[in-house]
Amino acid sequence: MDLLSNKWIVYLALCLFIAGISCNSVENKIYVKLNYTVPCVRLLNSTHQIGCQSSLSGDVGVLHVLESEENLDFVLRSGHNPPYMVIMESSLFTRPVMMKLKNGSSRVAGVAVVEPSANPPGGFSPHTRCPNENTGVYSENYGPGLAHCNTTKWNPFGNGLSYEEFDFPIFSMKDDNDTQLIRQCYMDHNRPVNGSDPQYPLCAMQLSSHMSAVTNTPTCMRRNSISFSMSNDMVCDPLSDYNIWAPSKPLNVSQNGHKANESVIIVSARLDSRSFFSEIGPGAESAASGLVTLLAAAHALRNATQDAQLDRTILYTFFHGETFDYIGSSKMVYDMEKNQFPIDLDNVHSVLEIGQVGLHSSSNLWLHTDPVSMRNSSVQEEVKNLITNLKSAAAGLNVSVKEPGVTQPLPPSSFQRFLRARPFPGVVIEDYNSSFSNKYFQSMFDNADSLNVLYPPNLTPEEQLNHVTDTAKSLAEVATMVARVLFLQAGGEKTQINSINADELMVSRMLYSFLISSNNSWTQEIISLKDIVHLNNNTVNFYISVEQQASLPTILVKYLLANLTGTAINVTQENCKKESEDNKETKHLYTYFWVQGAAPPNSTERDGFCVRSTVQWSRAISPAFALENYTTSEYSTWTESRWKEIKGRIFLVASHDLEMLTLGVGIGVLLSSLLLTYIMSSKADILFSSGREPTSATY
Amino acid sequence: MTAAVFFGCTFIAFGPAVSLFLFTIAREPLRVIFLIAGAFFWLVSLLLASLVWFISVQISNKESASQQKGLLIFGVVLSVLLQETFRFAYYKLLKKANEGLLALSQEETMPISIRQLAYVSGLGFGFMSGAFSVVNILADSVGPGTVGIHGDSQHYFLSSAFMTMAIILLHMFWGIIFFDGCEKQRWLAVAAVVATHLLVSSLTFQNPQYVSSLVPTYIVMFFMGIWAFYTAGGSLRNLKLCLTCKDKDFLLANHRPR
Repeated sequence: MDLLSNKWIVYLALCLFIAGISCNSVENKIYVKLNYTVPCVRLLNSTHQIGCQSSLSGDVGVLHVLESEENLDFVLRSGHNPPYMVIMESSLFTRPVMMKLKNGSSRVAGVAVVEPSANPPGGFSPHTRCPNENTGVYSENYGPGLAHCNTTKWNPFGNGLSYEEFDFPIFSMKDDNDTQLIRQCYMDHNRPVNGSDPQYPLCAMQLSSHMSAVTNTPTCMRRNSISFSMSNDMVCDPLSDYNIWAPSKPLNVSQNGHKANESVIIVSARLDSRSFFSEIGPGAESAASGLVTLLAAAHALRNATQDAQLDRTILYTFFHGETFDYIGSSKMVYDMEKNQFPIDLDNVHSVLEIGQVGLHSSSNLWLHTDPVSMRNSSVQEEVKNLITNLKSAAAGLNVSVKEPGVTQPLPPSSFQRFLRARPFPGVVIEDYNSSFSNKYFQSMFDNADSLNVLYPPNLTPEEQLNHVTDTAKSLAEVATMVARVLFLQAGGEKTQINSINADELMVSRMLYSFLISSNNSWTQEIISLKDIVHLNNNTVNFYISVEQQASLPTILVKYLLANLTGTAINVTQENCKKESEDNKETKHLYTYFWVQGAAPPNSTERDGFCVRSTVQWSRAISPAFALENYTTSEYSTWTESRWKEIKGRIFLVASHDLEMLTLGVGIGVLLSSLLLTYIMSSKADILFSSGREPTSATY
Repeated sequence: MTAAVFFGCTFIAFGPAVSLFLFTIAREPLRVIFLIAGAFFWLVSLLLASLVWFISVQISNKESASQQKGLLIFGVVLSVLLQETFRFAYYKLLKKANEGLLALSQEETMPISIRQLAYVSGLGFGFMSGAFSVVNILADSVGPGTVGIHGDSQHYFLSSAFMTMAIILLHMFWGIIFFDGCEKQRWLAVAAVVATHLLVSSLTFQNPQYVSSLVPTYIVMFFMGIWAFYTAGGSLRNLKLCLTCKDKDFLLANHRPR
C-alpha cells in the first residue's frame, strides 16, 4: 500500500509539474506576442531575388505610426531613435512611400501594413504593368513591335511592388485587438509631446521572417544540393503544384505521345493568383472567375458530349502557376513535345482560353487573337471560323462578343505558350479590350467585393450558399456561351445548342466556395473523406506555393470537375477502389473517387457514392527544374525561399544610457568586491583571531 | 544591446559571492565539497516546499485571488521554515561527519573547523538561493525588451539583482550565526536567524515598491553582517589593528613564516 501511494504521488507530481511549466511569467511581463502575422516572403528567379528579408533573430525598431507621406521625414531624417518600425494604413502602402523607405533602409527596421475593411477605391496592383512579358510568345523574333507591351499596357494600375527587393520585413496585420494594443502603446510612449522628443522607455516591435535563400535560383539550387546527411538543409523549393485536365471522352492515359485520329480542342483557364503577402491570394477576378466559368461550361456539356457523337474531343484544362511565368502551361507544352503526355501537339486542333471574365461592364466580352500567327492563311481561316461560332453561340444570350479593332498582342495568357511551340488557331476571351478592367490584379483586394459578389444582409451561410448573385448569373451566361461554342467547334449540330445551358445555382455555389468559405454543405458532399481536412472557413488562397501535395484550390477543382463531368456509378466503396486499381480496361481511361455525399434527412450517416470521371492531374513544375537549367530564360525559374519561423512581438526598450549604467554598476560591484575580499582574506588571521578554536593557519 | 543589462545584473547579483568563492574556497577541496553539499541541502528544502505549495495550489480554487495570495504567503513561510530546518539538519550531519573525518585522518587536529564549515555552508545556501532567485530573470534580460509594457516598473532587473546579492550575503551571515548558536546552545541566536529570514522574505511582498523592500533588507544585512563578524571572532580592536598597521602586517603576512 505504501509503495502504491508513493508511486501515485510521484506520478501526480510529475503530471502536474509538466502541466505547469509551460508559461514563463517574466517573459509575459516583457513581451506581447502578435497572433496574426502574415509576412512577405522571398522569391527567386534565374537572375533576381524579390520580396522581403529580416535579420536572423528578427529586426527590432521603435514603433512609429505613419500619418502621411510627409511624416516619412521623421522616420528617414529627423527622428532621434532609429531604427524605426513603421506602421501604416494600407492607403499609404504605395510605390513612392515604399521606395523612399527602401532607400532609407538603414533607419527602417520593418513595415507593418494594416488591412483595411474595404477595398481602396482608387485601385491597387502590386504586380508589374506588363505581366509575364519575358516568357510569353512576343519577342524580338516574334512580333517585335508587340513585345513588352509597346502597344498597350495590360495592367495600368500596376506599381511593381511585388517584384522589388526589400531588406527589412514587411508584415500584414488585421485591424484587431493586437493592432489596437500597438496603437495604444504608441500613444502612451512614443508620441512626441509639443515637439520634444519622447522619453525612454519607448515602445518597440520585433518582426522576424528570416529567409534562407539568397541571390537567385541557380545559387540556391546549388546550395540545396550541398546538404550531405539527412539533415534538412534545403534553402529553397521550386514553385509547383498540379494541372487538372479532363477530356470530354476517355483517353488512354497510359499511352503517351501521338494518338491517332484524335483532334483535340483545348479549353483552358488559370488556377492561381497571388498578392504581395505570402498567405493571401484571393484572386477573385484573376483566377476564380475564369475557372468557375470553365467548370460550369464543362457541366453544361456533360450530357451533350455523351449523347452526340462528336468529331473532336474537348480537353478541359486548368493550369496552375500561370502567374509566375506560365509554370503549368509551359510544363504541359513541354510534356507534349517530349511525348510524355497522352496527346501531343499534332493532336491539338485549336485553343480557347477563358481569362478574366467577371467584370464585363455592359455585358461586352472581347475576343483576343494573335496577329502574328494570323498572317498564315489557314490559321486565319480557323480563327475566323471560331469567332463566327462564338458569335452564333452568343446569340440569344445576354452577352455580346466583340473583337478589339486594332492590331494588338494577346493579353498574358496560357495560349501564348502554345504559340511558342507552333502557330495554333486560338482565341482568348476576356472582359477587357486594351487593359485590365480588374483594378486589383494579383493583390489582396481582388476578393468577393471587387467581383461584386454581394449577398443581402442577414442571411445564414446555408442561405448564402444557395442565393444566386448577379455575378453568378452573368458568369453563367458566359459559361453557356463557352459550352455552346465548344459544342459547335467539336462538330455538333447547330440546332442542338439551345439545349445547352449552364446552371446558375451551380455557378453561385462555386463562387461561394472559392470566395467566401470553402467549408460548406455542398463541398462536403462532393469531396472524399481524406481531403475534407483541407477545407476551411475562409476564402481560398490561390497562391501556388511549394508543397508536394496539392493545395486547396487544386483539390476543389479536381473534385468539382469530377462531379460535374463524371457520372455516379452504383458500386460499393470497396469496388470503387478496386475499379481504379484492378479493372484493366477502365483504369487507364477513368478515375474513380468515393465521395461523401449528403446525409438523408433522418440520419447523420452520409450516403456516399462512387464518381467515375475522366479527370486527371499532372505535375505543374517548370521544365527548367527537370532540365536542371536554372539560368534559362525560356522557362519559369521561380523558387520560394525556406524559413525557420515567422513571428512578431512588441515590448518596451530602455535607453542605451541606462543599459550602460547597469553594466557599469555591475562591473563596479564585481571589482570592489574582489578587492575587498582579497584584502579581508589576506588579513583573515588578524581579523578573526579571537576565536576559541585554533585555526589551521599558523604564523 | 541588452547583453549589457545581462552582464551588469549578473555581476551585481553574483559579484560578492564569486569573489568570496575565488579567494577563500576555491583552493581548498574540502571547502568546495562542503559548499556544494550545502547547496544541495538548500535545493532539497526548496523542492519539498515547492511540492507542498504546488499540490495545494492545484487543490485550491484557482479563481479566487485572495486565496492564491494567501497560499503564496503560506508557501513563503513554509519555504523559510524548511530552509532553516535543513540548515539545522546540515549542522547535525556536519558534526557527525567531522567526528568521522577525525577518526579517519592521521592528524590530530580537525582538517576543517566548525566555524569554517558554518561560513562555507552559509555561502553554499546563498549560491543556490541566489541562482534560483535570479537566473530565469537574467535569461529574459538578454532579449531586446525591458519590463514595462503592462505597466510594471522599469527597474525590475536591477532591483532583482540587488535583492539577490543581499540574499546571498545574508545566507552566509545566517549560516555563521546559526552554527555558532547551535554550538553554544544559544537558542536565541537561532531564533533570531529564523525571524530575520522570515522578515526579509516577507519584505519581498512589498514589490513593486522596490525601495521599501530593498532598503530594509540592506539594513538587516548590515546588522547581520556585524553580528556575524563578532561571532566569527572579529572585534573592533582587530579592525583598528588591521586598518592602521596596514603596511607592517601586510608585509609580514606575505613573508615566509619564521
